[in-house]
Amino acid sequence: MDEPQILWFGWFRADIIKEYEPLFWEGLRMTVGVTVVCILLGTLLGLLLGLARLADARSPVARVLTRVLLRWPATVYVSFFRGTPLFVQILLMHFAVVPLFMNPADGWLISGDTARDLRQNYGAVITGIVSLSLNAGAYISEIFRAGIQSIDRGQTEAARSLGLSYGQAMYHVVLPQAFRRMLPPLGNNAIALLKDSSLVSAVGLGELAYAARTVAGAYSRYWEPYLTISVMYWLLTLLLAWGVRHLEVRYGRGDSR
Amino acid sequence: MDAAIRVEALSKRFGRLEVLRDVSCAVADGEVVCVIGPSGSGKSTLLRCMNGLEEATSGRVLVHGVAVSDHGTNLDTVRREVGMVFQRFNLFPHKTVLQNLALAPRLLRGLTAAETRDRADALLDKVGVLDKRDAYPNQLSGGQQQRVAIARALAMQPKLMLFDEPTSSLDPEMVGEVLAVMQRLAEEGMTMVIVTHEMGFARRVAHRVLFLDEGRLVEEGPPAALFESPREERTRRFLGKVL
Ligand SMILES: Nc1ncnc2c1ncn2[C@@H]1O[C@H](COP(=O)(O)OP(=O)(O)O)[C@@H](O)[C@H]1O
Ligand SMILES: [Mg+2]
Repeated sequence: MDEPQILWFGWFRADIIKEYEPLFWEGLRMTVGVTVVCILLGTLLGLLLGLARLADARSPVARVLTRVLLRWPATVYVSFFRGTPLFVQILLMHFAVVPLFMNPADGWLISGDTARDLRQNYGAVITGIVSLSLNAGAYISEIFRAGIQSIDRGQTEAARSLGLSYGQAMYHVVLPQAFRRMLPPLGNNAIALLKDSSLVSAVGLGELAYAARTVAGAYSRYWEPYLTISVMYWLLTLLLAWGVRHLEVRYGRGDSR
Repeated sequence: MDAAIRVEALSKRFGRLEVLRDVSCAVADGEVVCVIGPSGSGKSTLLRCMNGLEEATSGRVLVHGVAVSDHGTNLDTVRREVGMVFQRFNLFPHKTVLQNLALAPRLLRGLTAAETRDRADALLDKVGVLDKRDAYPNQLSGGQQQRVAIARALAMQPKLMLFDEPTSSLDPEMVGEVLAVMQRLAEEGMTMVIVTHEMGFARRVAHRVLFLDEGRLVEEGPPAALFESPREERTRRFLGKVL
């Protein structure tokens, strides 16, 4: 059963990595999957929160309502998620919030055996996706807000003067221009998200860091697993940065005034 | 019949600053009205109140009988009929000239892509920039950009047009080409309100000139009368400086 040791450079036990190879691939898939889903959900949430924080209205009554129902809640939300550690948010989500919505006895959303099965099989994934998306949404909303505010007011005024609604002016005129300026910070955010996904290993999500921890536990060897995933994370972030730069070039047309 | 624009006792404050004080005036269909006055006198604000870009503090603005200043009014439908041209062009930099012209008609007039393109081509030809239809705004001169901006507003087939110092950010050699387009539009019978410092143009093209100073409508009248024999001392002083 014992495989022969494979030593690289005289000290790196490559055979350990080889033995657990499927675990690392599985971890990579999970890391990439969770990151991609959370970038999409976080961007959508960030857009909505960003718009909520900029919301305004014409008549005094509607103005008060937008403040109370949109601006303030969004501001408090962003402040909370930026002002507390992501790690604590993940623990809170996993051990307090998710059980509230999903438990066999009296879940607000799902109860009974479905709840038990879901939490047993997908508990960590649910925690990971929800908490990373909620957290990313808070940061991305700031990027959207700054991006939208950086577009000259004359652009909105020209669009509205033609008769476009607020939504149409946003969608066709402001956001496409803002998005170009937002690409670099959005890229940084995606890279941060990729790295932060390792925190969810703490509640048992089988991603890269979890794979490394498993291997380290089995062999009491730390260099091999952690160096391996370090290189994998590094390659992923390089790839992501390259992709973002590509988008910047592609969508950079016509944006120099 | 309702006037194209009726301004009734309009006042506008920005915080403590009183920018418009009890301004009343009207613009008839087919009329060309130029608004003149020193910088900071409230000309832009008056114009922007006419399509609801600024909200009146008190008083009313009616466009073809519809109260722009009422919160219940759907400004979007009013604005479809009111074209606006800005001092700084405000073309959409991420869209080509053609796309700048096509955006609003396609969204709001329910035209097909082919119909919008034909209409856009005709307008670009009219303002003399048809050869730039696939260029981006930053590839055009200031004069060309402003002519495209005029065409963009016309593409919605508005009933009236507002111009806010359309030639003030142009190099002198490009002022003429923009004024020529506007003059032709006036001759075709378009209802126009034009804030301008081009007194020669106002005298030539306007049916009526309004003189604004410190937020008050000081004097109005046909250009010949207002320029030759202003009744008010303030008008005389202002004209003495600019003519
Ligand atoms: N959005 C605004 N907020 C505060 N003050 C403004 C705003 N817009 C214009 N003003 C002020 O109102 C006055 C009149 O402005 P404006 O209508 O642009 O004058 P004009 O077009 O005749 O030069 C100026 O003193 C200007 O600083
Ligand atoms: Mg002005």
